[in-house]
Amino acid sequence: MTNNGDSSIVAELEAVSRVYQMGETRVEALADFSFQFQQGDYWAIMGSSGSGKSTLLNLLGCLDRPTSGRYLVRGTDVDELDDDDLSDLRSRELGFIFQSYNLIPQLDLLENILVPILYQDNPDPGAEDRARTLAERVGLGDRIHHLPSELSGGQQQRAAIARALINDPALILADEATGNLDTQTGQEILELFDELHAEGKTILLVTHEPEVGDRAEHVMRLSDGRIESVVRKGDKS
Amino acid sequence: MISVGIQRAVRLGIRSLLLHKLRSALTTLGVLFGVSSVIAMLAIGEGASEEAQEQIRRLGSQNVILRSVKPNEENASSGARVLTFGLTHEDYDRIVNTFPGVKGAVPIREIPDEVRHGQIEITPRVLCTTPDYLRVTGREMSRGRFISEVDEETIANVCVLGHETARELFPLKDPLDERVRIGADYFRVVGTLLPRVRLMGDAAEAGSEVTGEIFIPRSTGSSWWGEMLARRRAGSFDMQEIDYHEIIVDVGDQDNVLFVANACREMLARNHKTRDYEIVVPLELMLRREETKRIFNIVLGSIAGISLLVGGIGIMNVMLATVTERTREIGIRRALGAKRRHIVTQFLVETVVLSVGGGLLGIVLGLIIPTAIEHFANMRTIVTPDAPIFAFMISAGIGVIFGIYPAWRAANMDPVEALRHE
Ligand SMILES: Nc1ncnc2c1ncn2[C@@H]1O[C@H](COP(=O)(O)OP(=O)(O)O)[C@@H](O)[C@H]1O
Ligand SMILES: [Mg+2]
Repeated sequence: MTNNGDSSIVAELEAVSRVYQMGETRVEALADFSFQFQQGDYWAIMGSSGSGKSTLLNLLGCLDRPTSGRYLVRGTDVDELDDDDLSDLRSRELGFIFQSYNLIPQLDLLENILVPILYQDNPDPGAEDRARTLAERVGLGDRIHHLPSELSGGQQQRAAIARALINDPALILADEATGNLDTQTGQEILELFDELHAEGKTILLVTHEPEVGDRAEHVMRLSDGRIESVVRKGDKS
Repeated sequence: MISVGIQRAVRLGIRSLLLHKLRSALTTLGVLFGVSSVIAMLAIGEGASEEAQEQIRRLGSQNVILRSVKPNEENASSGARVLTFGLTHEDYDRIVNTFPGVKGAVPIREIPDEVRHGQIEITPRVLCTTPDYLRVTGREMSRGRFISEVDEETIANVCVLGHETARELFPLKDPLDERVRIGADYFRVVGTLLPRVRLMGDAAEAGSEVTGEIFIPRSTGSSWWGEMLARRRAGSFDMQEIDYHEIIVDVGDQDNVLFVANACREMLARNHKTRDYEIVVPLELMLRREETKRIFNIVLGSIAGISLLVGGIGIMNVMLATVTERTREIGIRRALGAKRRHIVTQFLVETVVLSVGGGLLGIVLGLIIPTAIEHFANMRTIVTPDAPIFAFMISAGIGVIFGIYPAWRAANMDPVEALRHE
């Protein structure tokens, strides 16, 4: 069940497919997908709409299960985990950033940042301090008691990034994180990602904007649920 | 630790609910009115029943009361100047001497005469009775003593005043050992009675001579007033011959009451040609009253149950809408690590907060309504302490029962679908 052969592998997909069966039609959103994401990598995942980017991200984020094939998070086969274990895994090892920020409207910023901690079985007592520090870091130190509705889109997304970092995740998953933002604000968010990358965080960023893709360390292109191309910038240089 | 978690869950639940203040407020109304009507109706029912029980108890649950009743005019021999009817000495003797289970009997004869002291003249019920009256009716003395055996034997001119009579005849002084005139004779006051527990069904205020009473020994009554009683009616005199107006049969043991009551019924039916008497059995009334109360409670319970059910369904309806509306929030929470049980808890807590909130407000309203009714409708109400507790538990139960399904729906959403919602 475990594969500790290479501890630098954060997420490993082996012949994964994800099939949506809708009546007669069968959509293979992900087909025979095999790949390893290394610790500290910063990937941009690109591809046209419907190419399977979100499906891949949902699988990696343990929100969904493969129809066939194996997916291992830090060596643990997701197939062997039940719903509670997956939830646990998400609250401890994963950080999500969404296109539409997805802050919880009735909670203030600090509380929003702390939501993943809320669901941990043995929460770190220092989490609140860490949340404040993270809020500072994303430039919202003076806004921690504001409600999401009182903030701009860019600020909300920065809060969402702080939230994704609160549990010090092994993997940060961002689906079109800059999609709702103007170029300027988007750039600020991307700078944050650069910083996180520099700190050694593993980031997977789904985007369809080439400029965004250019910022990433590596670029993976999907087409019809398959890998079309993989460009490692390290290889290029 | 757990209580801290629940506290936080409740706090967060309240905040979610406050996001839609009007909706939440409207949602609680069902339970609010349900609970308050339960409490109010219970209080009214309890009050009415207590009132009735009090009245019945006052008659004595161990007693059988026989009363003389003037027969219908047609039945009475027309033209006769003297109307003879009612309970007789023979009835009394038979009951006291031959009925098994009878401990004693108190005869009461009422004399239609006015009572005077100085300038004050009133017409209370002048009752000729025996010393046992006090024990059998459970009345209590305020001052002095009641009529004694010696009074009875010596045909003494003594009297005992009821509370109202004492107040009216002696507004300023102590009535003890004073003299009052009844008809043409003077009587020495040997005691006064405590007021009967005032019931709301009683004639409203003092000054109404109806409730006033004055007691004299039976023997004295018979020797001064004889067999014939002249009652002034519509300008003319109406002569009546009545041995006893009332006989209170003291059975002593509640178990024998119904038996003795039946024996009295049969005996009277045999010995009276017309139905010139009535039998009141307080115990029977009490039992009947219990039954009425039981039925009343069942009806009340059903009404309350239905209104609470409607309230619960209202809450469930709103919670289902809330869950749908917050699908995305559920998806976010799930993505961030919430387990199914976390989601269940969250929505269940919200539902319980709604219903308990409604319940608490309902209790407050439910306590106000009976007070208002008592104040404005002059009806007795009794809020038993278990009514609010019961209501509170019911409302919490409603929250849980009607919250489970929406919460379950929320928890079983597919996280990916939920995140895509909207
Ligand atoms: N829940 C679903 N039911 C049916 N088909 C789905 C579902 N989710 C995604 N798909 C299909 O899978 C394919 C990949 O979708 P997705 O991963 O969302 O693409 P992308 O994010 O790259 O735009 C699409 O053809 C889409 O229609
Ligand atoms: Mg997508």
